[in-house]
Amino acid sequence: MERFVAVENIDMSFKTKHGIFVALKDVNLAIREGEFVTLIGHSGCGKSTLLNLVAGLLVPTNGVLLCNKREIAGPGPDRGVVFQNHSLLPWLTCAENIYLAVERVFGESESKTQLKARTLKALDLVQLGHAADKRPNEISGGMKQRVGIARALSMEPKVLLLDEPFGALDALTRAHLQDELLKIVAKTKSTVLMVTHDVDEAVLLSDRIVMMTNGPAATIGDIVDVDLARPRERLGLVNDSRYHQLRGRVLEFLYQKQMRPAA
Amino acid sequence: MTAAILKHEKFGGMPISVAMPAAEKQAPAADESPPVRRHTPLVEKYRDEIVEFIRATIPVVFGLALFVSIWAMLAAHSTLPGPIKTFHSAVGVFSDPFYRKGPNDQGIGWNILMSLGRVGIGFGMAALIGIPLGFMIGRFRFLSGMTAPIISLLRPVSPLAWLPIGLLVFKAANPAAIWVIFISSIWPMIVNTAVGVREVPQDYLNVAKVLNLSEWKVFTRILFPASLPFVLTGIRLSIGVAWLVIVAAEMLTGGVGIGFWVWDEWNNLNVEHIIIAIFTVGIVGLLLEQMLMLIARRFEYR
Repeated sequence: MERFVAVENIDMSFKTKHGIFVALKDVNLAIREGEFVTLIGHSGCGKSTLLNLVAGLLVPTNGVLLCNKREIAGPGPDRGVVFQNHSLLPWLTCAENIYLAVERVFGESESKTQLKARTLKALDLVQLGHAADKRPNEISGGMKQRVGIARALSMEPKVLLLDEPFGALDALTRAHLQDELLKIVAKTKSTVLMVTHDVDEAVLLSDRIVMMTNGPAATIGDIVDVDLARPRERLGLVNDSRYHQLRGRVLEFLYQKQMRPAA
Repeated sequence: MTAAILKHEKFGGMPISVAMPAAEKQAPAADESPPVRRHTPLVEKYRDEIVEFIRATIPVVFGLALFVSIWAMLAAHSTLPGPIKTFHSAVGVFSDPFYRKGPNDQGIGWNILMSLGRVGIGFGMAALIGIPLGFMIGRFRFLSGMTAPIISLLRPVSPLAWLPIGLLVFKAANPAAIWVIFISSIWPMIVNTAVGVREVPQDYLNVAKVLNLSEWKVFTRILFPASLPFVLTGIRLSIGVAWLVIVAAEMLTGGVGIGFWVWDEWNNLNVEHIIIAIFTVGIVGLLLEQMLMLIARRFEYR
């Protein structure tokens, strides 16, 4: 199997007041180019930690991380990150927020006109061309998250990293953005690593679902291959027995094998 | 805004935000609905605003009336000049604010302008040094550790304690007064700017890391705008302190200025003028504060 993103023997521990906390222990994962992988698990299982490691925001205690055969030594434009709380800069318009990313990646080789064209292209990709000159506080939560996705995609990253991108949205907006993400990924053929705690979201979007055990010292418990045909239709899957079978497997893992005592 | 939502609706079709444009349309409809149309439309249109204005003004008027009557009562039983006497005197003072009869006898307009000039120079220099210094202290922990003991030691010192040092170094009254303004108004700007930089949300700094922004871009696009509200608070506190201190400093240094004017009128035993000066200092201070609040409000995000 071609390993586009490789996570090898990763341990991650944090120093706390009460001694060393081991978040991840011996995690191994390989992602193919163009593959959509979701990380799922109960809260506190270290799935966001793993994503931040791939993003380069954290440095592992042990082990190696590779992206496109290069060691990950920090954040870089080859990995676009979408945060849970959109993290748009409130004093910049949507277009300026994206331009900031575009300018950093392509500023040295392209003219301003080209950079602006890239910005608008990214906004059009998430159907927000009309909101280019709006500030983040003038648009809805779903729209903000789409701008966040557009910002990540505008850098033409090799890997798109999504940290519970729809977690803060209401159910209807979330479903809408999931459909949107399916279309975008089909169009851009991006490699995606996404953290979620929503089983339906995971089954709908992924090629593989990586299920994590509970922390501390969390690791990968099991991996489900989602062999549903693409393009996938939300309504079509309602009566798909394979869909329910896969969904059942994830639920079983989360609520039987890794049952969490009531928090 | 409505158009944007509608457009978005067409694409997304989310039932939740459909309610928004509908609600917006309902609001003006409610205004038009009263059946009686004989009122002049202008009064009808601004009725809520007028009621709100009256409601806000009444307590202010009562407060001022109470203040003036207590003042009048006190004046009746002492040598303090009463409100009416002071008012007539004020009309005289403000009818010719820019006369010049020698170095120690000038109009109140000149006195205010000279004081504002000193505050402007002293405060301006404090801002030029204090704000960048605050940024560096907020950004670099080492510098913060270096400067923390000095700042905590010097900040509580009474502003006028710096005056002899100023007189000694500059050998003149005017720069010494400016020096006092400078040293007393620099602290709030340093401290607030540093806190502002330290309080920049981690989310924004993560964005900076993920986008791999240069230090200059981090400063211009993230640190500066994110800490601007704090910086403006520092500026506001500083200008308040500066205006507070100038009166005291000028009493000691002399020259033309509102503080010197107070002292001069005390020597002339012209108590009405002292009261006028007190009100003038208060009003100018209020205007400075309001002006800065207005600027600060422009930079509020979210």
